[in-house]
Amino acid sequence: MADPMKIRASAKDGVTEVKILMSHEMETGQRKDAAGALIPAHFITEVSAEHNGRQVLAAQFGTAVSKNPYLAFKFKGGAKGDKLAVSWVDNKGDKRTDEVQIA
Amino acid sequence: MGSRRHFLQAFGSAGVLAGLVGSGLLRPGQALAVDFNRAAFDARSAADALRLIGATGAETSADILLKAPEIAENGAAVPIEVISNIPGTTRLSVLVDKNPFPLALQFNFAPPAVARFQAKLKMGESSRLRIVASAGGRHYTVFREVKVTAGGCG
Repeated sequence: MADPMKIRASAKDGVTEVKILMSHEMETGQRKDAAGALIPAHFITEVSAEHNGRQVLAAQFGTAVSKNPYLAFKFKGGAKGDKLAVSWVDNKGDKRTDEVQIA
Repeated sequence: MGSRRHFLQAFGSAGVLAGLVGSGLLRPGQALAVDFNRAAFDARSAADALRLIGATGAETSADILLKAPEIAENGAAVPIEVISNIPGTTRLSVLVDKNPFPLALQFNFAPPAVARFQAKLKMGESSRLRIVASAGGRHYTVFREVKVTAGGCG
């Protein structure tokens, strides 16, 4: 299981801003190790965000997203205390979901 | 084109979609997940990736704002911000033309989401950065050249 995400969600004037920092190697499959062997690709492929169980964002990542991906987006609605859940799946089937309350 | 048809079915009318959501027949999550074309991420050229996401005929638009550095010191994490002012934008795609796999990421937005995001990209070398916004089955695009002084894919 991967390390937890850092998520900040704050509601202001009817718009919720979400900032996510995921902890992931995001290995591209292009790099070689010291012995010259290719390091296999290992990266997040899908990210999804749900506000009170209703999906507000679905993203797909390729290998060109940076290591420990940072992501920020906004959606209309959301109030203090609402639940926001973010989950990701990587190309090896590993997954992680973290939930925060909107501040 | 299959992906375009899915797109139209899923997003053809915001009103219809809202009605379905309201009646509980369709969860927004399902509508969002339907039309990603994962094969586009394996495309080796920007032209192929654009074809696979069904956006070959995208027209240039000044309504997409792309904030990216002109010169990126570290290609391993190039910060970008994308804002689409095109009404009804449901998807934003980011391509780095000269990366081994040009399609970097795609976002689908549910109707309450605001079509903007920030993220960090890897860029192997100086390249054209290309954003494609999809709204109502039409595609719009904006380009920017970004110089990279130290590549992020090596």
